[in-house]
Amino acid sequence: MRVMVCIKRVPLVGGKVVLSPDGKEVDTKFLGFGISPHEECAVEEAVRLVERNGGSSTVVTLGPQSAVEQLQFAMSLGIDEAILIDSGDEEWGPMSTAAALASAVSEKVAEGAAPDLLLLGNEAPDSGDYQVGIRVATALGWPCVTGVKELDVSDGTAVARREHGSEMEMFSVSLPAVVTVKEGLNLPRYPSLPGRLRAKGKKIDQMKAERMAEGLTTLQLRLPAEDGRETELLGTGVDAVPRLIEVLRETGVLAR
Amino acid sequence: MILCIVEHDNGRLEDQSAEALTMARGMAGAAGVPLHAVIFGPGGDAVAAAIGEYGVSVLHLADSDALASYAPVAWARGVIAVVEAAPAEAVVASGTDRGNEVMATVGALAGLPMVANCIDVQPGDPYRLSRLRWAGSVVEDAELDSDGPRLFSVAPGSVVPAKADSAVTVETQPVPLSLSDADLAVRVLEHMVPEHDGASLVDSRVVVGGGRGVGSAEGFAVLDELAGLLGGAVGVSRAVTSLGWRPHRDQIGQTGVRIAPDLYIACGISGAIQHMVGCKSARRILAINSDADAPIMSKADYAVAGDLHVVLPALVDELRRITA
Ligand SMILES: Cc1cc2nc3c(=O)[nH]c(=O)nc-3n(C[C@H](O)[C@H](O)[C@H](O)COP(=O)(O)OP(=O)(O)OC[C@H]3O[C@@H](n4cnc5c(N)ncnc54)[C@H](O)[C@@H]3O)c2cc1C
Repeated sequence: MRVMVCIKRVPLVGGKVVLSPDGKEVDTKFLGFGISPHEECAVEEAVRLVERNGGSSTVVTLGPQSAVEQLQFAMSLGIDEAILIDSGDEEWGPMSTAAALASAVSEKVAEGAAPDLLLLGNEAPDSGDYQVGIRVATALGWPCVTGVKELDVSDGTAVARREHGSEMEMFSVSLPAVVTVKEGLNLPRYPSLPGRLRAKGKKIDQMKAERMAEGLTTLQLRLPAEDGRETELLGTGVDAVPRLIEVLRETGVLAR
Repeated sequence: MILCIVEHDNGRLEDQSAEALTMARGMAGAAGVPLHAVIFGPGGDAVAAAIGEYGVSVLHLADSDALASYAPVAWARGVIAVVEAAPAEAVVASGTDRGNEVMATVGALAGLPMVANCIDVQPGDPYRLSRLRWAGSVVEDAELDSDGPRLFSVAPGSVVPAKADSAVTVETQPVPLSLSDADLAVRVLEHMVPEHDGASLVDSRVVVGGGRGVGSAEGFAVLDELAGLLGGAVGVSRAVTSLGWRPHRDQIGQTGVRIAPDLYIACGISGAIQHMVGCKSARRILAINSDADAPIMSKADYAVAGDLHVVLPALVDELRRITA
């Protein structure tokens, strides 16, 4: 079985978002980078599927050259090979991103190494476009199930389950297929030291793609209005307990 | 016209569709065009009266048996069939899993841009819009040019549903739709009720949250005890699920669940934005943290500086004493 997984390098924003002075992007000067929790699960799933069924796994990203860091992270978890589609330093929209990723898949198909399954995160944490996986699937003519939290792949079929309200709903599609996943699909492993060393030595295939005009032009980013909570310090350590009890009463949590 | 994709649960209008209808009616009013809706699946006609109250003049109904279970590509084909027959300047869906999925599929099939999670859309040339990014931590103001209908989804909770001043009589039209097997290849085959009781965290009036500061899986005993005494549920941060201390279904935040209790007691949680988007609808937030400078200490309504393994046992003792 051949599994391909798509990831995106994103800044790891902590307690506070800081915007660049021109208001066009998030200021990443003091931030580290990583991939989203959804994508960590996609990578883990790809590694497990190949561990179980044999075959090979490929990770692909559209991003700047610095996204080599995220490709190596995926390889340190057990992904076999990596492709970097160079976006330069600009953020591409979802249509261009999907076209670039689809072309990487098509290239694999042309080489006779067609993937059976393409995994992505349900949505990127930063742009939140909710569409790249669907656009890739449409371009390839493959079925697509989104938001998947349970996945069984066997005999050329993917059975996928996702949440709908308080229920789970089940889909079954034949391979090749695109599946976009959500965190909770599995519990990703941490990279091992030997894994990290192996990943550093691996070659990364470079690809080029065309960016297209997409119609959406960002004017500015801004932070939403604060929700205006004012913090009352109830106390330090056990001294705070009397006030804590009062707060439980004030909020109606504890009957008077 | 402006077309709104309406979701219903056996003839009951979904709350988020009421939000989408409200935004779509505002857009139609600003553009001076009529508001239409499209509904899929048997029982959709039962929603006609309800959507008339939201100002919909024409309901496009795709209620064939083939659409009895949800199939995103078939729904997208239905939307495309409607806008081919009655040109639309915009199509609006709710930013639910299904709404985003159908809208993205329409965009993919028609080669049009799709803008997810909008909180405001102003018709014009070009359209101006604001939408949520970073799970709501950042707002993007943008302009949209499109060769065809502009495709939007509405961020859940960003619009207060409001009915029109006067209800409209709804004219119902069937959607001319012929579906291929491929259009139905992805469809819901089965519904299951999960074994665990996922509802308790989302519906609880009190949630006791634990983060990395709890220190271990065993360390949660005192949080479970407090939640038990208060009749609440325990939720966690991603640090906790990543460490395997608790299952992911307990995770609060951007990639977990969103809660809206009367009181959220966050213990040993630093207050990363991705966690806070999951609890920002809590009426009151109480943080207990050994680091008085942790971000959550200024994002909460109440703060206690201290070791949770000292504060919580003392609180539990006191609660036992006064409720005994
Ligand atoms: C795309 C993306 C999505 C994410 N989604 C989510 C999500 O859905 N939910 C989520 O929670 N996170 C999410 N995260 C992760 C998030 O950024 C943080 O890493 C995470 O919330 C941190 O968890 P924490 O607060 O428990 O741990 P830490 O940040 O390590 O904080 C631990 C806190 O415990 C305090 N502490 C330590 N010991 C004690 C003690 N004995 N008593 C009291 N306090 C103590 C410390 O002072 C500190 O403030 C996401 C991240 C990304 C990039």
